[in-house]
Amino acid sequence: MELFTEGDPIADTKAPDGPIETRWERRRFEAKLVNPANRRKMTVIVVGTGLAGGAAAATLGEQGYHVKSYCYQDSPRRAHSIAAQGGINAAKNYRNDGDSVHRLFYDTVKGGDFRSRESNVHRLAEVSVNIIDQCVAQGVPFAREYGGLLDTRSFGGAQVQRTFYARGQTGQQLLLGAYQALERQIGLGNVEMNARHEMLELILVDGRARGIVVRDMVTGEITTEMADAVVLASGGYGNVFYLSTNAKGCNVTATWRAHRKGAYFANPCYTQIHPTCIPVSGDHQSKLTLMSESLRNDGRVWVPKTKGDDRSPKDIPEAERDYYLERIYPSFGNLVPRDIASRAAKNVCDEGRGVGPTKLGVYLDFADAISRLGRKAVEAKYGNLFEMYERITGEDPYEVPMRIYPAVHYTMGGLWVDYDLQSTVPGLFVIGEANFSDHGANRLGASALMQGLADGYFVLPSTIANYLAAGPLEKVDGSHPAAVEARADVEDRIQRLLAIDGDRTVDSFHRELGQIMWEHCGMERTEAGLRKAIDEIRSLRDQFWQRVKVPGTGEGLNQSLEKAGRVADFFELAELMCIDALHREESCGGHFRGEHQTPDGEAQRDDDRFAYVAAWEFTATGQPSVLHKEDLKFEYVHPTQRSYK
Amino acid sequence: MAVSGIVLVLFLIAHMLGNLKVFAGAASFDGYAHWLRDIGKPALPGVWFLWILRAGLVVAVVAHIWAATVLALRARAARPVQYAHRKKIQGSYAARTMRWGGVIILLFVIYHLLDLTTGHLNPVGDPTRPFANVVADFAPERWYVTLFYTVAVVALGFHLRHGMFSALRSLGQQTPGGERRARAVALGFAVVICAGFLVVPFAVLTGLVS
Amino acid sequence: MNLTLRIWRQTGPEDKGRMVTYQVDDVSPDMSFLEMLDVLNERLILSGEEPVAFDHDCREGICGMCGLMINGNAHGPQRGTTACQLHMRQFKDGDTIDIEPWRARAFPVIKDLVVDRNSFDQIIAAGGYITVPTGSAPEAHSVPVAKANADAAFESAACIGCGACVAACPNGSGMLFTAAKVTQLSLLPQGQPERYTRVIGMVDAHDEAGFGGCTNAGECTVVCPKGIPLSTIGRLNRDYLAASAKRGDTPGT
Repeated sequence: MELFTEGDPIADTKAPDGPIETRWERRRFEAKLVNPANRRKMTVIVVGTGLAGGAAAATLGEQGYHVKSYCYQDSPRRAHSIAAQGGINAAKNYRNDGDSVHRLFYDTVKGGDFRSRESNVHRLAEVSVNIIDQCVAQGVPFAREYGGLLDTRSFGGAQVQRTFYARGQTGQQLLLGAYQALERQIGLGNVEMNARHEMLELILVDGRARGIVVRDMVTGEITTEMADAVVLASGGYGNVFYLSTNAKGCNVTATWRAHRKGAYFANPCYTQIHPTCIPVSGDHQSKLTLMSESLRNDGRVWVPKTKGDDRSPKDIPEAERDYYLERIYPSFGNLVPRDIASRAAKNVCDEGRGVGPTKLGVYLDFADAISRLGRKAVEAKYGNLFEMYERITGEDPYEVPMRIYPAVHYTMGGLWVDYDLQSTVPGLFVIGEANFSDHGANRLGASALMQGLADGYFVLPSTIANYLAAGPLEKVDGSHPAAVEARADVEDRIQRLLAIDGDRTVDSFHRELGQIMWEHCGMERTEAGLRKAIDEIRSLRDQFWQRVKVPGTGEGLNQSLEKAGRVADFFELAELMCIDALHREESCGGHFRGEHQTPDGEAQRDDDRFAYVAAWEFTATGQPSVLHKEDLKFEYVHPTQRSYK
Repeated sequence: MAVSGIVLVLFLIAHMLGNLKVFAGAASFDGYAHWLRDIGKPALPGVWFLWILRAGLVVAVVAHIWAATVLALRARAARPVQYAHRKKIQGSYAARTMRWGGVIILLFVIYHLLDLTTGHLNPVGDPTRPFANVVADFAPERWYVTLFYTVAVVALGFHLRHGMFSALRSLGQQTPGGERRARAVALGFAVVICAGFLVVPFAVLTGLVS
Repeated sequence: MNLTLRIWRQTGPEDKGRMVTYQVDDVSPDMSFLEMLDVLNERLILSGEEPVAFDHDCREGICGMCGLMINGNAHGPQRGTTACQLHMRQFKDGDTIDIEPWRARAFPVIKDLVVDRNSFDQIIAAGGYITVPTGSAPEAHSVPVAKANADAAFESAACIGCGACVAACPNGSGMLFTAAKVTQLSLLPQGQPERYTRVIGMVDAHDEAGFGGCTNAGECTVVCPKGIPLSTIGRLNRDYLAASAKRGDTPGT
């Protein structure tokens, strides 16, 4: 059987034309508005309370819509945006170092390896300046200079200092700002908050998104929630790899359920892998912890020259060490971009030269920095990171080199959306990491926070009005046949999961799925590997539906049941990711195909054949998906090859 | 809590200073005691001033106990189910013993009033000769009275140490430096008050005052 | 290493609950505390028992979702560390570990070790924000903020809302959580217009939620994984006194 079929091309019908600087303003002007008196009669559902969802729910509440917000955590403040460390980009040019909206636009398109839409990225760069104003006014305690003005730093290889930050907790502070705005709306009664609720299905009425089916995770009650429009802000799907830097609860269920109901899934194979994470310590490992990328400024990366060298790092003489990044990339050395550093680490470990108990790790050595700068200076710069490393590993990085290894960190793919952030299902909007986003095939550091807040505060609240203004839609409630059916499907699926009563836990399946994905659809992908992975995923999925053991009942809190539903969806997504990776016979950004590299091992794009967004349409379980291509045009930034030698 | 506490603290200071008159001899001490009854004369008749003072103290004590009871009841309501594994105290020992310490002090004050104010429990019990009452009270053969006074005064010291600190904070002390100062002031004050009150019974016990 | 766990089991809000003893063998010192519970749960599931429910999400010490009373210590024995970042090398072979949920009327138990901390959200909804509708903000550099104030505001803003302060407080008070937000916003010029309505609203919501009163016992700051200082409560008290004095004549208070 074919893995997929190809359908008609798809186009972004909302994208305005004309000079790129004027497109967003034109779109906002042309978009229809909703009379404030009518907004109160309209309900919008927002799923997820991270930077995108929290900001959107708060803003829509302020505008007077009736908003229903959902999150699986116990409070909207816990969404995983909170864990972002580095900072947020904005084209403020406070440093007078040549930054501008156009330069941020340019850097982001290039950083995305020319696989994103110019119009969207330009809008992102324009809105970035408003985000900083908004957050400062909310009381977000950004780092400041002695003069009382905002401090910025450079990040992710950009040549300008445009990253605003709040120590290593920028995501936390921005999220709390959005959360507080959201809580204010909750207090005023404009937003109805439903924490510990999980969306399990999308409800379509006459082809439009009109509601969702949710499970109250405390009581187990399943209800249908109806609305005039549905916004998904449910984050990325990095947990398909089981081990990632995502929170344990991050999942693909909300977007996958929408995909099954007709929303196209775009570029699922684009995955960002972060080079500096603490390595896996054993089979018990449940998640991976990121160590700030800034460590590579002073640490030197190395492995032993010979395979299987089990000596302690102190006993390996200088001549028998391979500082491989400095050797292969003499001009950038330890500071090569994320994807390159990650792949190089994988290569040396594949050669059998990895270090640590699992042999999946490389040294990040500060001995030179300590002897050059002194222990005190190193402590001042990295003290808190060293402490965190010691807490987790029990090793003192002042004495023993750190061990690091790449880990899945962010997913650029997601549901396909047009310029209005509307999916292929009318009335279904997708924002933040959940959409296929403005990052193309690779996201630059400090751009995720920017995109989440841009979508939530500024873009969606403008564009959703255009959709709602076409109403009012016919009133529907939970007794509508479509709602009743969707709810019955959810209940049926829960009963099926509970009834299997097999001999393996959900986690054991998830871990095995993650290993398959990491092995074959991780840092380097090959045709043979991907084909093998697809077979393995299918057979493991069959096993799952025969052998999984979910204890307890559907009533009340049942964490095993929650996980089982999510893993079931990860199985389906994993297959699509592999198919997407297999069909994209080029290397670009976070997608590296072993067959497509330059003679010196760098990613080789094929702009003639693959300068498009791959939007996948779901047909039926087990049936091939349909590929729709959206061609990408580059009028302002011309594709070039990256080189870091 | 803080305001009534401060009234009581002011009383303690005056009481301690008065007690120290014991070192100036029987005549001076008795004179001081009689003077207390005469303050306000002739504007106020008889021992009115003293009774006004006493009334003020009673109000402060009642307010203090009432506020403490409200806090204790709220604390109990705030944790209906207790921990099975009770942890050791990690903050301040004085802070965790405020409530029982307060009860001990209250019992002591009742005893103290019956002993040295009304004289019911005193071997001499003559309200006109307070010096003799004190000397008889802390005589070496009545060592257990001295011991009880000591225990009570030490409990008072702990109570004051956290009480002073907490009062300063409730009234708005707010910087980390201020916090350190508040702790130091509270500790110093508690030590001075303790020493000031204990020196009298021990002086009698050791025969320094007789 | 081999451990004996005594874990609070409670099937639901109505159940009385009890401590149940489990044996866990072959625990690696490199495991996190929650990974050790994962191992126990895998075993319980396969033997047909209900796994232990506990809250967790980011497992990197920032989301504030995890919270366990471990041997009477909120978040366990290591200071400045959430339960998810606590590793088993802090324990010895043969140890008995008691694991209980946060105990407070304002944090009712949902199941086993999972509690409902919605009362914290209510405190924030009662004033823990700066009113600034999206799009209405002035240019970010129009109001400079002294670096010392910005840094001090950050220190308070680092609160992760885990509830350890309440769990450890002998009075079951949530004052450190409330004070952290009050302090952050009252240190910034942007927070001044709502400074006094905020503190009244938040303290009232705190009291209504059933938290106990603060007696400055100081247990909260000892267990706080982010080291929120006790001086924040002093600042809250000062703002509260000032606000109470104005209550009569300030519109909205």
